[in-house]
Amino acid sequence: MTEPGAVRHAEHAMGTVFSFDIRGAPTRAVTRALADAVAWLHRVDEVFSTYRPGSQISRLGRGELTEQQCDPEVAEVLELCRAAARSSDGWFSATPGGRLDPSAVVKGWAVERASQLLHDAGARHHSINGGGDIQTRGEAAPGQPWQIGVAHPLCPGDLTTVVTGRDLAVATSGTAERGPHILNPRTDRPATDLASITLVGRHLTEVDTLATAAFAMGDAAREWLRSLDGIEAFAVTADAQAWWTPGFAAYGWCPAGQ
Amino acid sequence: MNRAVAATTATVAGLFLMLALKPHQTPAAAAAPPAGSAPSGSPSGTPSAPEHDRTSGTFTGDTISTARGPVQVRVTLVKGRLTTIAVLKGEHDEGASAHAVPRLTQEALAAQSAKIDAVSGATFTSQGYISSLQSALDRAND
Repeated sequence: MTEPGAVRHAEHAMGTVFSFDIRGAPTRAVTRALADAVAWLHRVDEVFSTYRPGSQISRLGRGELTEQQCDPEVAEVLELCRAAARSSDGWFSATPGGRLDPSAVVKGWAVERASQLLHDAGARHHSINGGGDIQTRGEAAPGQPWQIGVAHPLCPGDLTTVVTGRDLAVATSGTAERGPHILNPRTDRPATDLASITLVGRHLTEVDTLATAAFAMGDAAREWLRSLDGIEAFAVTADAQAWWTPGFAAYGWCPAGQ
Repeated sequence: MNRAVAATTATVAGLFLMLALKPHQTPAAAAAPPAGSAPSGSPSGTPSAPEHDRTSGTFTGDTISTARGPVQVRVTLVKGRLTTIAVLKGEHDEGASAHAVPRLTQEALAAQSAKIDAVSGATFTSQGYISSLQSALDRAND
């Protein structure tokens, strides 16, 4: 049951749906911040959409604009992409298939920014779900952590685990909704080792980007993820096996128990 | 130990079996024992009240013999909500080797009164959202 006075809002943008869940009675500042956050998502869609030929990203990709002629957020996102490519040893790419497409950074980054808008306006306890990638702040109710279900990639409608905690970011990359669409940058072919991988951390920009890189990496991501501070992961392989990082049990519900 | 808690530990043990099973076996083969035949366990916490939906404490279920060996779980309830599950005995390890994929069905979640706030998954389309669990959560709390 939602707390009395809680606010729910679902907004279509970027080809998916963003679900806002703000706990506690909303102040006028929070209501205004929600409107600002929704407007922000639409602005990000306009600037970064690779489906709109007239977006700044599309024009930048065609060489009609320089990075400097774009909104400052474009340079910010491209820098995040370059950092992700470096830290993942090239497994993350802003030019999958040779075309400029920073989408794998944009959504998580946009959600984290929207979450910050709400937080700055006084909404200390909220969750924003951007099409399956989630930033939570605070907790679901006093003394009650957020409980995030992870969709079962092979059994639609079921979950495969539940992640519990405060101030969590949870991102999943997988093929269940859009088919094999994440390219292995080393082969330019769709990555196929995993059915899905879910990463848990603190900031969705980082968590979402790492999830994409880990998905491209496939089973090899297991060792790499262990080396990342503050990140835990749960993966379902294409041949219906599960694996997880050693610290995942602290957040997630899995057969390893405690 | 009251019956509701006994039923909970038995349900969780059954659920654990389901999670641990290989994918070629059907979930039906892993069904929990009927609640009526649920073994009683030894509470190591203090149930606050006999009302089944308000119980708090940590409870250890009896060991249940199964085709895959003995299984025993310890659960923590806070006001009747299942908050922690520890597998004391049973087929598990630290994730060092491959496991069959855990599956939490709607029925299993309902049986535990698990309260899910949001669902993470591969990015759905606007169309895919309509039939998503997240959409159901958004509607349920409007």
